[in-house]
Amino acid sequence: MIGETGPSPVGLDVALVGRRGSFAIEAAFTAPARGVTALFGRSGSGKTSILRAIAGLTRLEGRVRVAGETWQDGALFLPTHRRPLGYVFQEASLFSHLSVDGNLIYGARRSPGGVDAAMRREVIDLLSLERLMPRAIGDLSGGERQRVAIGRAILSRPRLLLMDEPLSGLDHRAKDEILPFIEQLAAGLDLPILYVSHDLAEIERLADRIVVVAEGRVQASGPLNAALTDLGLGLVRDPRAAAVLPARVTGFSEEDGLAELDLGGQRVFVDGSGPEEIGLNRRLRIVASDVSLARAPLAASTILNILRVEILAIEPGGRADLAILLALDGAPDLTFMAKVTRRSAARLQLAPGDRLHAQIKSVSLATSPMPRLR
Amino acid sequence: MLLVLGTPLAWWLARSRSLVSDVIGTLVALPLVMPPTVLGFYLLIALGPSGLGGMFGLRSLAFSFPGLVIGSVVYSLPFVVQPIRNAFEAVGDRPMEVAATLRSSPLDRFFTVAVPLARSGFLTGTVLGFAHTIGEFGVVLMIGGNIPGETRVLSIAIFDYVEQLRFADAHIVAGGMLIFSFLVILAMSRIGRRIGEIRP
Repeated sequence: MIGETGPSPVGLDVALVGRRGSFAIEAAFTAPARGVTALFGRSGSGKTSILRAIAGLTRLEGRVRVAGETWQDGALFLPTHRRPLGYVFQEASLFSHLSVDGNLIYGARRSPGGVDAAMRREVIDLLSLERLMPRAIGDLSGGERQRVAIGRAILSRPRLLLMDEPLSGLDHRAKDEILPFIEQLAAGLDLPILYVSHDLAEIERLADRIVVVAEGRVQASGPLNAALTDLGLGLVRDPRAAAVLPARVTGFSEEDGLAELDLGGQRVFVDGSGPEEIGLNRRLRIVASDVSLARAPLAASTILNILRVEILAIEPGGRADLAILLALDGAPDLTFMAKVTRRSAARLQLAPGDRLHAQIKSVSLATSPMPRLR
Repeated sequence: MLLVLGTPLAWWLARSRSLVSDVIGTLVALPLVMPPTVLGFYLLIALGPSGLGGMFGLRSLAFSFPGLVIGSVVYSLPFVVQPIRNAFEAVGDRPMEVAATLRSSPLDRFFTVAVPLARSGFLTGTVLGFAHTIGEFGVVLMIGGNIPGETRVLSIAIFDYVEQLRFADAHIVAGGMLIFSFLVILAMSRIGRRIGEIRP
């Protein structure tokens, strides 16, 4: 799995079938006990229906098991309030008749063990809620509300965190403001997080694994990068198609602000924030349309990052484009894509097995530093 | 009494989409459009010896204080149920679902989420129900029978005084009711405004 060492035990095991509106739902997948599993699909693909069924808000036939406990199986059906879960809805849905604190501890008060002052403190600090505490719910911005809603869900001591497009109602600024919080949570929480989204950019930042849903059915599920670079799955055809790869920060240059990272034994340079990052694991995002291929490395070029790669497969990407799946030399698991015109591919006579130099115009970090919670 | 009966009824009407709930909703709303005497007549029959009164082994509930209360409740119910029902519908499913995901049981979330969020409806329902119960006339006259000291209510007392041309007494009772009703409604709207201010 990307960004983690070794396989994790199964935290969530879902097998649900039923009808929701106009189409049939058939969802069977698992998620590890830690980390973010993204439920990805277009609007109306049934992602939310699956999430609601896992929460017991709507009833589908089948099985839901979380951390070894069965929430639903055949005739057994725990009602939502008896499933220890946190659910963050698309709109924050705070209780307008309660204060910020009243909202935060609503679930905590009802969980076994009640309100834990230390944990409450920790969540308030982690989500920067201190400033919001004295304010009325109606005076909070969209991003602030969503932060309170996330805190409220976590404080109820869930065994599973479900997030239903928590950022889709927010503008770009609010999104950028709240994404780091979710990243930190995801890294720190010792529970499975199921994150519904139709936005690949969010998923690239947050998810470790992805479940692709179309018309109520699970099309594919697995590690994030495997799905992103699965030419058959079609995510590649997105104009902003990208791969997300794990790298380790090995150095930082005070002179020009560049961090040096190790990616499968090769060196990559990106905009860094400081020497304190050295030793941390980060995700690198490589956009397919930023990758060009050359038979020989260019001697004089402004392009900083040139990786030695091997062509694994070539697929049609668009009318004039090809999507080329590449693996790093010496690290066949680390795959990414290049979007190349058919004409260039013909000129270079590209074929699977070819060893080339991939020049990457921009490599960006997909995540910010991660402290641990609990 | 109206609230105790009206709240669950309003909740059920706001939630259920079945034909039964529509029929019950219509029945509850009927007193709004019917002349009070029609309702009073049917209630008189229903509460009489061959109706409910007989079933409970009493001679008749009509012309007694309990009968009067039942009649008042039936007659004023729509004024209480309707605003509370509307308020519950405005609250919607989402806050209840959120509460459920936060480990709140159905009864718990009804009292800690639905009722507080629908409080403006409760206020309106209380004011209307109260005002209407005080002011009603027809049903009370039909069922109560205006027995002094037992089933005589203020609104009918005024009617009697006027009939007997005792204008001074009528003035006292009528004026008293006017001032009392005015004060109650004023107080309620002040409270309502204060709640509104707390509420975002």
